[in-house]
Amino acid sequence: MLRFIVRRLLQLIPTLGGLSILLFVWLQRLPGGPEYALLPDDATPEQREMLRRSLGLDEPLMVQYLAFLRRIAQGDLGTSLQTSRPVLDEFLLRFPATFELGLTAILIAVVIGLPLGYLAARRRGTILDFAAVGGSLLGICTPVFFLAFILKVVFAEGMGLFPSAFRLAPGITRTDITGFVVLDGVMTREWDVVWDALAHLALPGLALASIPLAVITRMTRASVLEVMQEDYVRTANAKGLNRTTVRTRHVLRNALLPVVTAVGLLTGSLFAGAVLTESVFAFPGIGSFVYIATQERDYPVLTGFILLIATMYVFINLLVDISYSLLDPRVRAQ
Amino acid sequence: MPTTPSSQSPSETEEKEPLHKRKAAKVDRLAELMGDRSDDGHGAGIWREAFGRMRRSPMAITGAIIVVVFVLVALLSPLIAPYSPTAQTWGSEVFPNRNEFVGPRAENWLGLDHLGRDLFSRMVIGARQTLMVGVVATFVGFLFGALLGGVAGACTVLGGRWGRQIDNVIMRVIDMMLALPSLLLAVTVAALVGPSLTTVMLAVGIAQIPIFARLLRGAMISQGNREYVLAAQAMGVRNHKITLTHILPNSMGPVLVQSTLTLATAIIDAAALSYLGLGNPDANFPEWGTMLSEAQRFLSSAPALAVYPALGIIITALGFTLLGESLREALDPKLRK
Amino acid sequence: MSSSTPLLAVDELSVVFHRRGSGETRAVDGVSFSLEEGRVTGLVGESGCGKSVTSLALMGLLPDRGVKVGGSAVMQLPGGEADLLRISQRRLRDLRGSQMAMIFQDPLSSLNPVVPIGLQVTEILKRHRGMRGAVARKEAADLLYRVGIPDPTRRLNEYPHQLSGGMRQRALIAMAVACKPRLMIADEPTTALDVTIQAQILELLKDLVTEEGTALLMITHDLGVVAGLCDDINVLYAGRAVETAPREPLFADPTHPYTVGLLGSIPRLDAPRGEPLTPVRGSVNDNIAWADGCAFAPRCDHYTMECLQGPPPLVTMENGGDGDGGGDGGGHVHRCVNPIDHAAVADRAVLDSPTVADEVEVEVEGEDEEERG
Repeated sequence: MLRFIVRRLLQLIPTLGGLSILLFVWLQRLPGGPEYALLPDDATPEQREMLRRSLGLDEPLMVQYLAFLRRIAQGDLGTSLQTSRPVLDEFLLRFPATFELGLTAILIAVVIGLPLGYLAARRRGTILDFAAVGGSLLGICTPVFFLAFILKVVFAEGMGLFPSAFRLAPGITRTDITGFVVLDGVMTREWDVVWDALAHLALPGLALASIPLAVITRMTRASVLEVMQEDYVRTANAKGLNRTTVRTRHVLRNALLPVVTAVGLLTGSLFAGAVLTESVFAFPGIGSFVYIATQERDYPVLTGFILLIATMYVFINLLVDISYSLLDPRVRAQ
Repeated sequence: MPTTPSSQSPSETEEKEPLHKRKAAKVDRLAELMGDRSDDGHGAGIWREAFGRMRRSPMAITGAIIVVVFVLVALLSPLIAPYSPTAQTWGSEVFPNRNEFVGPRAENWLGLDHLGRDLFSRMVIGARQTLMVGVVATFVGFLFGALLGGVAGACTVLGGRWGRQIDNVIMRVIDMMLALPSLLLAVTVAALVGPSLTTVMLAVGIAQIPIFARLLRGAMISQGNREYVLAAQAMGVRNHKITLTHILPNSMGPVLVQSTLTLATAIIDAAALSYLGLGNPDANFPEWGTMLSEAQRFLSSAPALAVYPALGIIITALGFTLLGESLREALDPKLRK
Repeated sequence: MSSSTPLLAVDELSVVFHRRGSGETRAVDGVSFSLEEGRVTGLVGESGCGKSVTSLALMGLLPDRGVKVGGSAVMQLPGGEADLLRISQRRLRDLRGSQMAMIFQDPLSSLNPVVPIGLQVTEILKRHRGMRGAVARKEAADLLYRVGIPDPTRRLNEYPHQLSGGMRQRALIAMAVACKPRLMIADEPTTALDVTIQAQILELLKDLVTEEGTALLMITHDLGVVAGLCDDINVLYAGRAVETAPREPLFADPTHPYTVGLLGSIPRLDAPRGEPLTPVRGSVNDNIAWADGCAFAPRCDHYTMECLQGPPPLVTMENGGDGDGGGDGGGHVHRCVNPIDHAAVADRAVLDSPTVADEVEVEVEGEDEEERG
């Protein structure tokens, strides 16, 4: 097991290395070079020259690249043009909000998608199946930001069922421990905070869940349909096992394997979706921040965001690989 | 061909008939009985078989109708659109800041947009732009993805040790691209080059490269492990010939299916780019994504402005997705039973 | 033996698949046979003749939808007799694994890849014999040992992919015999195995039948397996039994042209050098509906106009030629209008040659008359 993890970690090196080269080249290619990106537009030529030298831009490319790598390794992602604060600090500040939102979305997707996909497969060809397949195709084909707007207009502004913006209602007081609002609320037993935070998470969470939900539903359905045809399910039935045993131990255990991988692959698109969703609901997470960065051409933030997503993606897929190998003895053996 | 049997004939009269006549009669009768069941589709090619299945699938038919209507509207849009999509002809009738909009009426079938332009004309011309973005982006993704994936696949299957090295390098690059969600890759490209129609198409297209590459490579490797490739190698067929005439044609199925699905993704991603302000800034070419993101501002007062382009995007994407999914199902040997 | 009630009496079993868009397919079209305890009954035929569907129908393992099963299959159970095709799914689940068990063709795909072998054995012990924990594991290890798996305690924790093909099939057999079922169905249990392993598995099955007195239904296309193992044989073609006989008469005096063809297509070591094999020409797809005539007619070298006039009836042979196999009990039955009386005379080399066909007919007809007269 340990060898497996180490080997997977070693495989990450070329991927991350290549990505850093890509980012480095991108920074070089930015209009006017990195000094334009790192300085406000009204900076004087002297300031630029000073920056060039202080950044080591007069050095050979290889040296610059190594310096760039060293900065990244030290967590220096540059300074945001909007706020003039380190990009990493800005991200860390907003990370709990986005994490809560992403987790909500994945939970919604898994809790609804798995049973729905399973039932659709078991009742193949019924109205339920048709609705599940049709609904998930619709979910994939609806632009996330449009869905977010519709949810906001209908359920928040129209019916007033949920708040339409922010992470907490203004004026509510809370004790901050970790930055995770729901977690803090539970820890300090401030139940009004928990409730309010959950209400604020509901609509953006639902909007963000649309694509993972559609993917998980379809994936589970297809996988269960395939496994139900397998010989070993027939064997299990021939042994006279209870329906429940056949369905859980023999059908679901095998059918969920590909779904686990799918959930891992979804994390990337979840971050992209967060940019679209958070901006609609003015949710104060990384997504909103990056949305403004795209409007303002805040390149250090964009670069940092790409690096962050790539790292998260790689890390989460490592976790997926590990859990996969725990679930499937055939992978472990290789 | 069949020799005559050993038993006696049932009746006296038949026995007196000449032997060859009896033989002809029974052969005819057999052919007649077998003829009843000859049209069960044995020996049809897998594509023909797939199309046969798709003809019976409501999913495929719905998808095909949507796609055909969309493509026809897009191609014929200059003939269909009654007005110029950019002329603010009725600009004096619309006051967005006072929440005064004009809904559907005899001369403007879908009403006016926030600048007093004919919404129907904009939708129709927008179809053309949307189709172009979708097709060009998919083509870009297909071309480069298939090239990378094809080289990687061919190298793995037939290239020996060196081939596997080349494949390794290509796949690391693909992995890297895959680590970035397609939309973000598109944002990166758009932010780098600056917003324009070409940027949108390139950005969305490049984001699709890794999927095409992985699909084609995977299909080629699985084909390359088949016995017929081994047989061709054993007979001394040259590698490039095996790749081009045997492996590649048999691996194209999933890639073609993906093209259909990518068209849908491309249209949706292009809309998201527009929303992020990285879409086509040229107002002369209305595009559904741009129209949608412009209309978001008036969603509560004039929802129709956003709903029409949104429905356009959703229905079109749904059409391509339905078509692609049913094609995938029809081609999947596991689901054929 | 024939006087006592058989353990399982299958009568006019039929299975029809309905498929959307392509009408219905008769996979099994009126098959009747009976199984006796301690005896091995063979269902023989090419792939597509309905032998596997027959076994799945008996086990109640056909899909719920799109399938229509007709006929009856009456089994003698401890609590009286029951028709397997009519009883409830719940009851059937109780019977499966305990009273009747099945062994499948491909041992790798028939075992759950992500569940250890031990659990796959103990789950059936828990279900039907109420055993749990260490007791169940002990019994599972004993079962594995009994079917010839060395070091069974270690194997309990292993996964199917860690076992060899023969071991996997042994594990499946262990699961099948775990509750001492009275009826066992083996669907081509040796096709996916090496020849040497095949013999071992067949030997194991034979021992289990002799020791436990189980009735074994052996489904195979391999006449070598049939010759070595089966007491009674049913030859199936296009969903119907075309010839039924005990082993000796069937091999000595096959009467249906299809059986003759199958026997003729076995490679023989004692055949003269250079003599080509004589396969049955055509494929199972070249057939006609039984309602119109003999389904085998398109591939038969002996068919006449009579064969194409309605379904051929089952004919019971008074005595099976000179190779008298009456001692084995059970009659020799075939479904043919123009049976072959002397397989030895029906020399394929002569029959296949169209140039001498007419002369042959006269000759053979003459012989027929002699015998009948």
